[in-house]
Amino acid sequence: MRIDGSMRDLVEAAGSGSIAAVAKREQAARNHLEEIIVAERMHNVLSVMRESVEEGLRPDLRSVTGMVGGQAALLSRHAPNAMGGPVLGRAIARAMAVAECNACMGKIVAAPTAGACGILPASLLTMQEERGYTDAQVVDALFTAAAVGRVIAGRASISGAEGGCQAECGTAAAMTAAALAELQGGTPAMASDACAFAVMNSLGLVCDPVGGLVEVPCVYRNVAGVALALTAADMALAGIVSPLNADEVIDAMKAVGDAMPAGLRETGEGGCAACAGGGARRTRPQA
Amino acid sequence: MDLFDIIGPVMIGPSSSHTAGAARIGRLVRRMLGEPLSAAAIAFHGSFAKTWKGHGTDRAVIGGLMDMDVDDTRLRDSLALAAEEGLRYTFTTVNLQGAHPNTMIIDAIGQSGKSLRAQAASVGGGRVRIQSLDRLEVNFTGEDNTLLIRHRDAPGAIAQVTGLLALAGVNIATMRVFREEEGGNAVMVLELDALPDAETVNALTHLRGVKAVTLFEKR
Repeated sequence: MRIDGSMRDLVEAAGSGSIAAVAKREQAARNHLEEIIVAERMHNVLSVMRESVEEGLRPDLRSVTGMVGGQAALLSRHAPNAMGGPVLGRAIARAMAVAECNACMGKIVAAPTAGACGILPASLLTMQEERGYTDAQVVDALFTAAAVGRVIAGRASISGAEGGCQAECGTAAAMTAAALAELQGGTPAMASDACAFAVMNSLGLVCDPVGGLVEVPCVYRNVAGVALALTAADMALAGIVSPLNADEVIDAMKAVGDAMPAGLRETGEGGCAACAGGGARRTRPQA
Repeated sequence: MDLFDIIGPVMIGPSSSHTAGAARIGRLVRRMLGEPLSAAAIAFHGSFAKTWKGHGTDRAVIGGLMDMDVDDTRLRDSLALAAEEGLRYTFTTVNLQGAHPNTMIIDAIGQSGKSLRAQAASVGGGRVRIQSLDRLEVNFTGEDNTLLIRHRDAPGAIAQVTGLLALAGVNIATMRVFREEEGGNAVMVLELDALPDAETVNALTHLRGVKAVTLFEKR
């Protein structure tokens, strides 16, 4: 059974097991490898994610333009006082860290893209720290996330130039929401609903990078994407069944992306990119 | 699509298309040239032309031309490394009618004097497409196990190649042939289920009319 065409197929294939298990099995078959080998490869991916958080938390980090860098360190210091509680505080600091690591030419894992690379690792690593999940469980969650991301890539898009930021940060939040739902014991159907809630809440988000660069507003959107993913997963885990199924909202994402004018699809022309100020952006002093 | 294309690639930021894709294009050109470069002239079109500095596209493509992979941290310092290794380079911008928004043209010269001109596009998520080689229109990604043969168009040229692969027990998944004119420059692109052994590759390079053989291994 193919598991890349729809969330419905993916949930059905998972049956009483998990999306992670069918995704890992399919990947192993595709590569003619043992499951343990593809899991090992995902472990390596997880290691790079961890390193990118560490790198991004350095206070002296700056991008080439100086617009971003060092803000994750500020958020991290603020985390204990965060209004959403220290867990959300640490998660958003990590999302900013990975996104800033990326903007500063650090090594990251595209998830699903470089521009949206902070949401998934920040959310999973913070829940691991908070609830003590093993690395193997987090690796499984990455397989869940990847399987969901592939469905969205196939039915809609994961490219900001094609579908706007909903396709990048929206997809990252949807992948993360599904992964978090399953990681915390939710069923495949709950993971699918978590995906649906996250996509629903990001429809219409435009891709409008200032100067065409993966800096502003990208790093801030990664922060918001964490909150989106956590709340979507919580709704599903609470037992709320999405009135719209995941495939429908993914198709809606595709339609919204197709209707978006080119100026709002990674051309650096509309939205934030059109704000006054030219090249003279506000930069901060060292943290 | 592979799950590691969704969570991945592991790469140096900031942009999968403008940084990782650029490095990948550079590396494909380096592989096709078959030797270290002494000079490279790079022309950026479209979005590349507008944002190459801020995205580190320059460092990425030069790093790729020095055979660095997309996750090689040396990409950040590739311009300095190029100077150390005597690789001269220039960057210009160009407007190509109807081309993909992220397109570049690389004129590469190898240390022995070999040259290659390639046009390539970065089509998203770090994936790339080579569009022309020495002005001959082609279309391939180099993502799968790929055998690239540049040769002179002649009757039997294809049969010779497929015959050698058959003898080696290598199955051809897809095959495309591009040529400029009858008897002119031609390129064969074969996607293979497995890589041929060194002996077969060597035999391919010695076939009559074959100018260059490049093998790309599946990522």
